[in-house]
Amino acid sequence: MIASAEVVTVPNAQVDPHGEAGHAETGINTALLGMLLFIGSELMFFAGLFAAYFNSRAAAPQWPPEGVDFINAAPLPLIVTGILVTSSFTMQWAVWRIRKGDRAGMNRAIVVTLVLGIVFLFLQVYDYNELVTEHGFGINSGIYGTLFYTLTGFHGAHVFGGVVGMSVVLLRGLSGQFSARHHVAVEAVSAYWHFVDVVWIGLFTTIYLLK
Amino acid sequence: MATTTLAPRTAVYGRSRVYEWLTTTDHKKIGVLYITTAFGFFILGGIMALLIRTQLAVPGLDFVDAATYNQLFTMHGTTMIFFFVMPMTTGLANYIVPLQIGAADMAFPRINALSYWMVPLSGLLLYSGYAFGGAANAGWTGYAPLSGVSGGRLFEGVGIDLWIAGLVLVGTSSILGAINFIATIFKMRAPGLTLMRMPLFVWNTLVTSVLLLFAVPVLTAGFVMLFIDRHYGGGFFDPALGGNPVLWQHVFWFFGHPEVYILILPAFGIVTEILPVFSRKPLFGYKAFVFATASIGALGFSVWAHHMFTTGAVFLPFFSFFTFLIAVPTGIKFFNWLGTMWGGQLRFSTPLLFALGFISLFLIGGLDGAFLAVVPFDFHVQDTYWVVSHLHYVLVAGSVFGIFAALYYWFPKITGRMLHEGLGKVHWLGMFVGTNLAFFPQHLLGLDGMPRRIVHYADNPGWGPLNFLSTVGAFTIAASILPFLWNVVISLRKAPDAGDDPWDGNTLEWATTSPPPAYNFDSLPPVRSERPLFDLKHGAVAAHAVAIPAAAGETHEETRADAPEEMLGEPIEGHEAGQIAAEAQPGVSEAAPDATPHDARPKADDEPTPRRRKSDK
Repeated sequence: MIASAEVVTVPNAQVDPHGEAGHAETGINTALLGMLLFIGSELMFFAGLFAAYFNSRAAAPQWPPEGVDFINAAPLPLIVTGILVTSSFTMQWAVWRIRKGDRAGMNRAIVVTLVLGIVFLFLQVYDYNELVTEHGFGINSGIYGTLFYTLTGFHGAHVFGGVVGMSVVLLRGLSGQFSARHHVAVEAVSAYWHFVDVVWIGLFTTIYLLK
Repeated sequence: MATTTLAPRTAVYGRSRVYEWLTTTDHKKIGVLYITTAFGFFILGGIMALLIRTQLAVPGLDFVDAATYNQLFTMHGTTMIFFFVMPMTTGLANYIVPLQIGAADMAFPRINALSYWMVPLSGLLLYSGYAFGGAANAGWTGYAPLSGVSGGRLFEGVGIDLWIAGLVLVGTSSILGAINFIATIFKMRAPGLTLMRMPLFVWNTLVTSVLLLFAVPVLTAGFVMLFIDRHYGGGFFDPALGGNPVLWQHVFWFFGHPEVYILILPAFGIVTEILPVFSRKPLFGYKAFVFATASIGALGFSVWAHHMFTTGAVFLPFFSFFTFLIAVPTGIKFFNWLGTMWGGQLRFSTPLLFALGFISLFLIGGLDGAFLAVVPFDFHVQDTYWVVSHLHYVLVAGSVFGIFAALYYWFPKITGRMLHEGLGKVHWLGMFVGTNLAFFPQHLLGLDGMPRRIVHYADNPGWGPLNFLSTVGAFTIAASILPFLWNVVISLRKAPDAGDDPWDGNTLEWATTSPPPAYNFDSLPPVRSERPLFDLKHGAVAAHAVAIPAAAGETHEETRADAPEEMLGEPIEGHEAGQIAAEAQPGVSEAAPDATPHDARPKADDEPTPRRRKSDK
């Protein structure tokens, strides 16, 4: 049906059956693009939760409600905010190291970030424990408690996801799988970690500062 | 001779067919899995529709009890939207999009397989409600407090929990699918296939994917809140704890309205692929169509509260205005479709019939929607059968007609076999008559105030006959599916007869074999317009006449003398290269500055020009 003489043969590299290469070798890496799109969807997930927060807040006669004066920015929330913001810088440090081909430097930076992330999670569990046992403040303590635990809890789950991602990157880094040219997993996990950090800054501002 | 011959079409290593289909990451096989799974759910949801219509056939019938009825309309809606239309259009896009952009597969083939396998699993979760004391029963919109907690009482058992779990899972599948499509479309296009040369089906898939990516996570957030309310004492939707049930409506419709376009945009894309091919003309107003699609996507996020006019919690003028505004890009599309057919040589094959059915009936559904944007009218018909009629005119006459148009159009590509035209026309006639019979009377019932989602209705004057007509229509639709199924069976049993390009198509999927090999293309034609295959078949005369060197010999002189006449006689607006050719009057000898060696290839023989190909079908 189609005269073959009229067909321009595409070089083999461009019909890669594994779909790894694709046609366009320019522009953003495909896997990194996938991660950025995924982060976009995660952003909308948190947008939904934030919308619930502001909708409930707008409808409430008093905000925050009576009897939650123990929810304060200082000291613990401020400390964990410092930890998470610092970890974003150490994560970026890891990316800069591997872009220069410094594998050991990248591994060191990832270890520091990983430790900071785990400390954040431990402090969050400690905070939850304090709130429940000391103040009897739980997810069922009215809309404020529901919002507090849902927002911070899902953020914590995402921190945990980032910790898992970093552990994978660390293991791969230790076995020398990354180089200055090939380290898309590091870039992707770094983008995700920055996103988690940004969400926390939004949460911290919303819950502790905008009273 | 020690030559190694590479024969990619022979299987390199053997695997059983079952194992192959269970583990495949080939976008075409995954597409077929999506399509068949979705069709299974279509049959299931259709049977539920028939049970609903049987119960409503005459006033006072007790065919099913009220509890069963509530589960029926909930599961019918959920099944048709999340487990039929969405997986079906995803499956079609899975099969067709990589072919249309000249790619070998999707960007993330294994995530693609994961996305598919989540669909049957979540369907299983959803339907397992029937095994654990009853399926979900709060309607497909699951309004709180019907779906949540009220006065400390958890509504109706585990069915709604399984519904939540199933929909979160199928939503995740949609998000992953959307990421995959966007990455594929941005990163895997063939050389020369710029964004403004992409087939409209690809464009619509792209916009649909963006909508999915940003709308579904909000629904997931809503489901999370609902689940926390139900099981952890949360207060999101419970006024007793300081929450607000209307919040659920905000969250649900912030997803739900883009969802409407998620369901219909693929059908727009399908119809826009079919009309040019069966009208023998290029698409009228390609760029306008692209911009209309994009603006529908953008506006889709700003109209969610028109589902909530009667709650008193939304700013009516804003949402009413934006709802009307959406009619503008939709209207542009209608004019594009009509302009494409205008003056064309229509071939009334089954795909075109379904596309025409889509255009005529979706118009009714769209106008119903514009009525609903009028706030006072909406107050009158809120939660009546007018709404049921509107949503079925856009989803059955819209999405489902589009899907069947696609199945008839691409079945030859997928299987290598043509579907029987006669049976196809019987199917179309049944669908067309049945759809109008089932859903038009519901307009009148809605205006008359008949509420939706009720198991019994009063024997008011006229309600009985109108409901009976609607039931007859539903069974007519169901009966019309039988010739389609028979058609598929007999077509699959015959020898392949479709050839590579049975419809004389324009886009790249017709440039490979039917069905395509695992790697899709041995070679790709050059892409210089949105109709690369048309250019390949007719290009030397029609599209690139100006590029033929003047000194190439007498035959070419003839061609050149011929070409402008062809051009002027033909409506080829919107075809960039064609316009260049038309502007270049006979005797203009300067070679086009962008002439490439490929354009300058000598004209092989007296290849028929587009208008001359009457003998083809």
